[in-house]
Amino acid sequence: MKYIDEFYDRKICVNLAEEIAKKSLGTELTFMEVCGTHTMSIFRNGIKDLLPENISVLSGPGCPVCVTPNRTIDKAIAITRLNEVCVCSFGDMMRVPGSSSTLAQERGRGADVRVVYSATDAVGIAERNPDKKVVFLGIGFETTTPTVASSIKDSALKGLKNYFVLPAAKLIPPAIKAILDSGETKIDGFLLPGHVSVIIGRKPYEFIAEDYGIPCAIAGFEPTDILYAILRLVEQINNGSPAVENCYRRSVKEDGNKLAKDMMNEVFEVCDSEWRGLGVIPSSGLKIEKKYRAFDALHNFKMDVEETKENPDCLCGDVLRGVASPLDCALFGGVCTPENPAGPCMVSSEGTCAAYYKYADVRR
Amino acid sequence: MNTYGNQRISLAHGSGGKLTHDLIKDCFLARFKNPILSELTDSAILNLKGINLAFTTDSYVIRPLFFPGGDIGKLAVYGTVNDLAVVGAKPLYISCGYLIEEGFNSVSLDEITQSIGDAARNAGVLVVTGDTKVVEHGKGDGIFINTSGIGVCYYQLLQDIEVGDKVLINGPIGDHEIAIISARGELGLDVKIESDCAPLADLISHVLTASGKIKFMRDPTRGGLATTLNEIVTSKDLGILIEEKAIPIREEVRAVCSLLGFDPLYLANEGKVVIIVGCEDASLVVDTMCAHSLGRDAQVIGEVVESPKGRVCLRTEIGGTRIVDMPVGTLLPRIC
Repeated sequence: MKYIDEFYDRKICVNLAEEIAKKSLGTELTFMEVCGTHTMSIFRNGIKDLLPENISVLSGPGCPVCVTPNRTIDKAIAITRLNEVCVCSFGDMMRVPGSSSTLAQERGRGADVRVVYSATDAVGIAERNPDKKVVFLGIGFETTTPTVASSIKDSALKGLKNYFVLPAAKLIPPAIKAILDSGETKIDGFLLPGHVSVIIGRKPYEFIAEDYGIPCAIAGFEPTDILYAILRLVEQINNGSPAVENCYRRSVKEDGNKLAKDMMNEVFEVCDSEWRGLGVIPSSGLKIEKKYRAFDALHNFKMDVEETKENPDCLCGDVLRGVASPLDCALFGGVCTPENPAGPCMVSSEGTCAAYYKYADVRR
Repeated sequence: MNTYGNQRISLAHGSGGKLTHDLIKDCFLARFKNPILSELTDSAILNLKGINLAFTTDSYVIRPLFFPGGDIGKLAVYGTVNDLAVVGAKPLYISCGYLIEEGFNSVSLDEITQSIGDAARNAGVLVVTGDTKVVEHGKGDGIFINTSGIGVCYYQLLQDIEVGDKVLINGPIGDHEIAIISARGELGLDVKIESDCAPLADLISHVLTASGKIKFMRDPTRGGLATTLNEIVTSKDLGILIEEKAIPIREEVRAVCSLLGFDPLYLANEGKVVIIVGCEDASLVVDTMCAHSLGRDAQVIGEVVESPKGRVCLRTEIGGTRIVDMPVGTLLPRIC
């Protein structure tokens, strides 16, 4: 495809990588990306092979499946065990281990659990199955949440009484702040997520540059996008002028997408939220507004949720904070593999452990 | 504990990926143990009084039953004759077993059966035996079809794959799976892609006549090109390096993959063959395939390399390298 080909041009990529090497002058720099699609693109395209050795790219808490804590998965599993219920989920969530089971295992035992591609699909299932209570597992960041909000508004308009959302949406800027406040990892710059930024725009990240003095670049997902954003981070460091630069102008507008933001604000309100590996982060999640409580699974189902258990050896939490590499985890590649995952980062196609396992020659 | 899973059978066990292989190895091979099955070729090769016969079987479970470029009947014939063709056999006879759900529309049954008849004639095989079972409503998914096939081997594949051998394919990958996905209508995609469902025996016979250096052939169906290449190098003392740029993929397929986050290397095909050929005959075989209607876009897509051993690697368009692993699990709804 003409449009895509140019973003994969080998010569442009090599030039960008050479420029990064020249301008970074051998200084050890660590950049963090906060988006599962960036993680995937970096591995799938072999971008690390082009970068000079002094540049490291870490993956932060950018995969919505990975940051969803066991407690949320356990709630979804508890709902599947109720009568006349159909739980709809994105495919990636199916095999993520909760405290003692997975959605896929519940389906294997006869529960009605379906993979959908969007919340709208779940609304369709609710319309076609009026005798079932259809519950959508609403994980995701600012990218996905407007579509979940729209599914709720749409159901309200249609007068649907059997569509519910288990709210589990999270917000990216507070997670970045939590990572910076922890001070655990030296981060010289952030590659900011393109998709999230399409919705929220550039401004919500300004505190990173202003309060923490750390350069930021909003990046697209093709190889040239990512390399260009890294180059801009290096140049910001060289100029001593940290800022939030929009390097994905073909999609991201200064103020984002007003319609989507309004929709989100109407249906959801900000709340504290638990993240895997990061604990409870203030004002980092979304719950359903009172007005739309009729669609809130938390208010409409009496669930018998088991006690939350974590695998003490699983380092997913540390990997998500950028403190540990998958290779530091004793489970990686042995006990924990994509076919038998111990933690979410090995399940999701956007998970850091899965990307290491799948694309890099680092297996044990 | 067996390695094919510690729980119940999941859809992933039927996806053609790693769990399927584990299931075959630990459950079926362990119990049916015999030297012919252990070869795990697409067809078993049976020596009967000096004649090598190829024998294979496959079951077809697909939704929707009719899709752009084919239907379950056509698939059931071509899938089986292709498994015979890739071991160097001329397909001759097939069986056809129907598992029909009570209430299934007889017009559809007629159409599917007509399609099986047409496909068999087109592939030059006779349907010589069959079976019908009807299961209670709710106990089947409309219709399932099983076909078995017998052919006579006329070519002995060399089997001695070595460093420097070339990896070829006869055309663009992923058409079948994208056609099925869009025919389901669940994704709201309006893509004009037809399944590549086709009988490969004629194309393969041209290739085998042209070159005596063919070492391996397989049709990359479930699990796609990535799975087939991994099957070739698994537990071998060599690896395969493919070039992303050289792999033929239609723009529409690439666009859908990019939209849905699929890797085209893992998409099913029904009219493709991967060939490993001695380096010296590679261009001859590409030319031979290009002259055939089913090989117009044939390409050398990579080569056999010394290391990393047992691994398939891909040189990306931008010049990086990554592993192409065996697929695990299935995020896509079951398609074949």
